[in-house]
Amino acid sequence: MPFYVSPEQAMRDKADYARKGVARSRSSVVLQYAGGILMVTPNASSVLHKISELYDRIAFAAVGRYNEYETLRKAGVTYADVTGYQFDRGDVTARGVANWYAQTLGGIATESIKPYEVEIVVAEVGTQPDADQIYRITWDGSVTDEPGFVAFGGQADLVAAELKERFSDGMSLSEALGAALAALSAGSTGSPAASSAGSSAGSSAPGGNGDQAGLTAAQLEVAILDRARAHRTFRRLRGVRLEELLAESRDATSGAAEGEEAEAPGTPAAPGDAAAAEGDTAQDAGSKSAPETDEPPTGPAPGGADGIPRL
Amino acid sequence: MGGYFDGTVRRPAAFMAARVPSFTDFLTTYAPDLLPGFRGSLPGGLMLPGGTLPGGGPDGGVELVKNLPHATTIVAASCEHGVVLAGDRRSTAGNMIAKRDVEKVFRSDEFSAMGIAGVASVGLEFVRLFQVELEHYEKMEGRSLSLEGKANRLATMIRGNIGGAMQGLAVVPLFVGFEEETGTGRIFSYDVAGGPYEEHRFHSIGSGSVFAKSALKKLYYDDMQVQDAVLACVQALYDAADDDSATGGPDLTRRIFPVIATITEDGFRRLPDAESAEYAQQVVASRMQSPDGPLAPLRTNR
Repeated sequence: MPFYVSPEQAMRDKADYARKGVARSRSSVVLQYAGGILMVTPNASSVLHKISELYDRIAFAAVGRYNEYETLRKAGVTYADVTGYQFDRGDVTARGVANWYAQTLGGIATESIKPYEVEIVVAEVGTQPDADQIYRITWDGSVTDEPGFVAFGGQADLVAAELKERFSDGMSLSEALGAALAALSAGSTGSPAASSAGSSAGSSAPGGNGDQAGLTAAQLEVAILDRARAHRTFRRLRGVRLEELLAESRDATSGAAEGEEAEAPGTPAAPGDAAAAEGDTAQDAGSKSAPETDEPPTGPAPGGADGIPRL
Repeated sequence: MGGYFDGTVRRPAAFMAARVPSFTDFLTTYAPDLLPGFRGSLPGGLMLPGGTLPGGGPDGGVELVKNLPHATTIVAASCEHGVVLAGDRRSTAGNMIAKRDVEKVFRSDEFSAMGIAGVASVGLEFVRLFQVELEHYEKMEGRSLSLEGKANRLATMIRGNIGGAMQGLAVVPLFVGFEEETGTGRIFSYDVAGGPYEEHRFHSIGSGSVFAKSALKKLYYDDMQVQDAVLACVQALYDAADDDSATGGPDLTRRIFPVIATITEDGFRRLPDAESAEYAQQVVASRMQSPDGPLAPLRTNR
C-alpha cells in the first residue's frame, strides 16, 4: 500500500464496510421450540439456500453475501465431516464448528483487505431442550452464545426485541413460527427507530424485510432440527406442509398480535430502555454497551460500537 | 485444525478452497493417512515399498494377513419395487471363527446399502468412508447422487485399494440401491480392481456365494414380493452355511440371525431382530422336514 493507514483506521473501515453489507440483507431468526430448533428467513429462491444442514444435529444459517457464506457453509460441512470421520459422529459439536468459524472469520477480517460481509448462526439440537445450543458468529469472528433465540442480519435489533417479547420456552412449532414471522415483520415496520437503535449498523441501512405478515410459503425458507429424529435431524419445511403450518400459526397468533400492535412502534424507539431490557441476554453486543461481567470477552469490547476498542 | 502428530500442519484454507464435492478426493490431499488401505505412506506402517509385509519375511506376512478376520457371505435379490440385501453373521480368521455376531450389511444412505466380503477391518473403513462420501456430496450439492453415480464412486474407492488387495488385504462390496425415477431396485458387484458390474435379479459374494447363488437360482422368480425375496435370501444363506464352513447359519441357541435390509420407495429399512428371527426360524423349521430345502420343479411347466 502506498500510504500509511493506521491499524485503527483500517479496522474501522473494514468494520463499517462489513456492517453495511450485513445490514443490507434481510433479517433471519433462529429459535427453540419444544420439538427442536426452528429457522426462518425470507428467501425468494427455493434453490439458493440461506439455511442448510451441517451435520446430524447441527444446522447453519447465514445472511450477507451469498458467495461468501456459501464458501463458509461448504467449509463447515467439510470440517464436520472430517471430524466425524476421524473420530466419531457424536464428536462433532456446534461449539467446535462455531469456534472453527470464529477462527476462520477472525483470520479473514485481520489478514485480507476485504472482510466477509456475513453473519452466521450455528445451531445444535440436543436430546433435551436445555442441551440446545445457538451460536452467532459475526464478520470479525466474534462468537456469542444465544440461549433460546437469535435474530441476525438487516434490522436485527428490532427483530430481536420483538422476538424477545414473543419468545417463551416450550412453544409448539406453529407458535414458534408465528413468533418468528411477527418478529421478522417488526424489522420492516420499525424504520424510524433504526437510526437511533443501531448506531453504525442501522444508520445506512435502506433494506428492510418487506411486509413479512404477507409472506407466502414460496417467499420463505423454513427448516427445523427435529429433536425426535434419529441420525440426521435437519428437515426443510416447504410446500403444502409449510402452508398448513403458516395458516395454523396465523390463526394462533392473530388474536395476540392485534393486542400488541398499538404499543409496538413505541417500544424500540427508546434505545436506552431496549438496552436495559436486554441487559442480561447480550442480544447484539455490537450496537449497545455490553453488560459488565467477569467472563472473558468473546465479542467486541465494551463501548465499541464497531468492535474496535476506543482509545 | 492445528498441527498433527505426524508434524504436518493442516490449514483451514484447505476447507475453503473450491473443489469437486468428493470427500475421498478431499482426504487424498488433506489427510491421506485417514483413507482405508494405507494409501498414505505411513512411516513404520504395515505397507513397505517393496511390497512385503513385516513380521518374519514374506511368508510371515502372508500368515499374518490370512489370520485377519474375514467377512464371508452376502446375498442380494431384487424384488417388486425394491431390493433385499442380507448377510450371515460369521467372520473367520484362518480356520477359526473370529466373531459369530458380526454385521456385514450397512446402510450407505437413504436409498442404498452395501454388504462387504473380505478383510473385515478394511471393509468397515470402506463402509464408513462411503457413507460420509454420499452424505458429503448431498450436503455440498443439495441433491443426492444418482444410483449410477454412487456405484461408480464406490468402484473408484475399491480400485484405490488395489495395492492392499494384492498383498492380501482384499475387500469386495456388494452394492444395492433403489432408483426413484424407475421405481426399481438394482444390484452392483465389484472385484478388487473396481467395477461396477450391474447384476440382474440376484447376486451373492463371499466364500459361500457359490452355494447361495445356486440356491437363489432355483428359488428366485421375477417381481417377487419383498417378503418372498427376504425368505429366498435367508434360504440361500442357509444353503451357503450348509456347505461352506466360513458362513454361519442361524444360531438358535444364542439367537443370532442374519442381518436383513430392504430398500423400497420408503427407503432403507433394516429388519428388526425379532423380524429376521422369524424368517430364520421359519427356514429352520422347514428344514426339519426337508433338510435340503424347498424342492424346485424338475420340469418347467409354465
